[in-house]
Amino acid sequence: MKNKKKRAKDSKKKKNKIIFSALLLFFVFCFIVLFKGLNNSNIYVPKEKTEKILKSFTSKDLYSENKISSDQIFVDSEFYAINIWSSWCVPCREEHPKLMELSKNKSLKLIGLNYKDNPKNAKRFINEFGNPYFMIITDKNGIISIDLGAIGVPETFIINKDKKIIKRFLGSLNEKSLKEINLILK
Amino acid sequence: MLANQIGYYSLILGFFFSILIIPVSIKNFNNKNKIIDNKIFSISFFQFFFVVVSFFGLILSFVNSDFSNETVFNNSHTTKPLFYKISGTWGNHEGSLLLWLLVLTLFIFIFLIKSTNQPKKYRILTLLFQQVIIIGFFLFLLKTSNPFNYLFPIPKEGLGLNPILQDPALAIHPPILYLGYVGSSIIFSSSLAAVVEKHISTVWAKHIKVWILVSWIFLTFGIMLGSIWAYYELGWGGFWFWDPVENVSLMPWFCLTALVHCILVLEKRLLLSSWTVILSIATFMLSMSGTFLVRSGILNSVHTFANDPERGIFILIFLFTLIFFSLAIFFIFHKENNQKIVEIYWLSKETSILFNNWFLMYFLSVVLIGTVYPIFLEVLSDEKISVGPPFYHKLIIPFLIPFLIFMSIGPNLNWIKSEVKKINIQIILSFLFSLLISLLILRKIGYVGLINTILILAAFYLFFITIKDFFLKKFKNYSQNFSHFGFSLLILSILFNSILSSEKITNLKVGEKFSFGEETIIFESIESTEKKNYKSIIGYFKIKDKQNNSIQLKPELRIYNQPIIITSEADIKTTLHYDKFLVMNLVKDNEYFNVRYQIKPFMIWIWISTVLIIIGGLLSLFKKLYEK
Repeated sequence: MKNKKKRAKDSKKKKNKIIFSALLLFFVFCFIVLFKGLNNSNIYVPKEKTEKILKSFTSKDLYSENKISSDQIFVDSEFYAINIWSSWCVPCREEHPKLMELSKNKSLKLIGLNYKDNPKNAKRFINEFGNPYFMIITDKNGIISIDLGAIGVPETFIINKDKKIIKRFLGSLNEKSLKEINLILK
Repeated sequence: MLANQIGYYSLILGFFFSILIIPVSIKNFNNKNKIIDNKIFSISFFQFFFVVVSFFGLILSFVNSDFSNETVFNNSHTTKPLFYKISGTWGNHEGSLLLWLLVLTLFIFIFLIKSTNQPKKYRILTLLFQQVIIIGFFLFLLKTSNPFNYLFPIPKEGLGLNPILQDPALAIHPPILYLGYVGSSIIFSSSLAAVVEKHISTVWAKHIKVWILVSWIFLTFGIMLGSIWAYYELGWGGFWFWDPVENVSLMPWFCLTALVHCILVLEKRLLLSSWTVILSIATFMLSMSGTFLVRSGILNSVHTFANDPERGIFILIFLFTLIFFSLAIFFIFHKENNQKIVEIYWLSKETSILFNNWFLMYFLSVVLIGTVYPIFLEVLSDEKISVGPPFYHKLIIPFLIPFLIFMSIGPNLNWIKSEVKKINIQIILSFLFSLLISLLILRKIGYVGLINTILILAAFYLFFITIKDFFLKKFKNYSQNFSHFGFSLLILSILFNSILSSEKITNLKVGEKFSFGEETIIFESIESTEKKNYKSIIGYFKIKDKQNNSIQLKPELRIYNQPIIITSEADIKTTLHYDKFLVMNLVKDNEYFNVRYQIKPFMIWIWISTVLIIIGGLLSLFKKLYEK
């Protein structure tokens, strides 16, 4: 009788061990899958159904303070990039080296749109980190950026010679986005 | 500026106290005193106090629009109304974690002062387990998501808060939900402590039941607020979208609901002890995975939150450490405590509760699979899918029928054993009555499919049984009656709402009209005004019915300027019978507006019945507190 009880107890222990190891394995599996899943980027970019045509606008040049209209800017290049930036924007600092890299590409004119910024600070920022831009125009009250459909700073729009926005990047540019831009330019 | 500094340093002080508790309580655990050292109370209080200070520091930074604080910069804007500046504090990743921490430290302090009739070792062990969670959150906050990061040069303007989140229901939705989530952490720690101390008994069940009820009430209320927000603000005309973020709050709810019932069995019969512990662990783990899934950015949904992989990895490791830790404790320490063989009869309250527990677990697994499967599939095969409502409806609705039947029969059975004789004439009468009512209704609205028909019948059956019990049993079990009655009403209103809803979508310009059923909808005029942080376009619509009674609906379009987002505010006229719902959208480069008009019967009853369910929980809680 006692033996029977003991055996029952032992088999129960064994069963518990099996359940425990099975659960352990299961959770390890879950962990690995979720861990891998984390590395897939899920940054959401709103889809533009039709390629938007750039509205014309007028702005001021940051340095010369001359009025300049969009028709004067988009004239002779195959591709343009509008980069919205600001001296107070922290991610813009991280992004800056990537912009310097991008500026070496001659088939693209990089235009800086200085968003809600103090011109003094903006110039200081450029002096400190270098100027990747072909031209810097100012957007003092942020209206140009809103018309572009921008959501935040920094943001980059790639525009072709027909003034169509063909690609947009939310947040700072990284290795991956540079590659994508280079693919478009080819 | 100052508030920011104070907030940061008091957070660090709080962290210091949370570590200090551990050696002090271990020392107290091992000595022979029967009571807890007063030191522990004061340290726990200080821990809570400093988190409160830190939280108020953050609120102040938001109120003052102090953009030297990165969190404020990213989530606020000077033009935002004060109320939403404050609610912006917890509307973002960093702030919401600080709120988690606040509630965690508050709850453990309350637990300590409210559990004096429990054994000392059990209380200290609960405190220690809870402290592990608290320290985990402190580390997470300080290491990866510090809400007090400093920005220089100081920006002039913030990046604004998603305007969809500027809604009163949503402003209080996260704190309420968190109270529910965090309440489940106390249940988790205390059940682990009870396992280690072999304290799982009717005394323990009575004591932990209060915490289970509190968490359940907050969780239910929080989910309801989220759903109200979705209905009124998102403008899609529904109240539940099976969005991953919604599912994530529903999963612990299933678990907690099962727990509310099975703690009763433990209290009365000392049965299902392992099951209770497993549910306690699972509830908190599901709350944590909810936080993980939402905050790590592994899911894509209408709710956008920070996407920092480092954060995700931290929560993931933390979550799985807790899972392993609790599994290990469960398997090492847990022994079934019923040495005597207890007979279980088929026809008894406990078996019916167990059955419904299994149904709840089934619903839980459906939702869990629907939510997690896309992630697994993407990782394993690079395929992107999303699981939509039909999946959930197909798998859940048929099983609601037996669930409802058990809900109506169960409470009428006795503990231990019921005689078949007890199934008496009242029950048969209620059944016939509900059959009659369902038939009458079906005649009126037409055939709705086999499953819906049976579901209506089953829901009516529960409806009448609970009414009967409420009056005939002299209010013996009124809290249960309230909740179950509310649930039957909820199912009925959801069913009729989805069967009888009708809508029309069309493009209109000012001056045009269209007819819908017996009504004519006239687009009279639009009016646009500049508001503090958005531009508003209001459309005036008149709805005339056959008798020439007319009502006016004024849906609104809001074009927010910071960041630029267009939201449509539906105008909803609510009556007890139906909601009239009208929403308009901009058609690009056109004077036409896209107009959607819906008649949604019994909409308000969905909220009313949920409130009834919550009232049931509240009544049970008060009864419990009053007994003491």
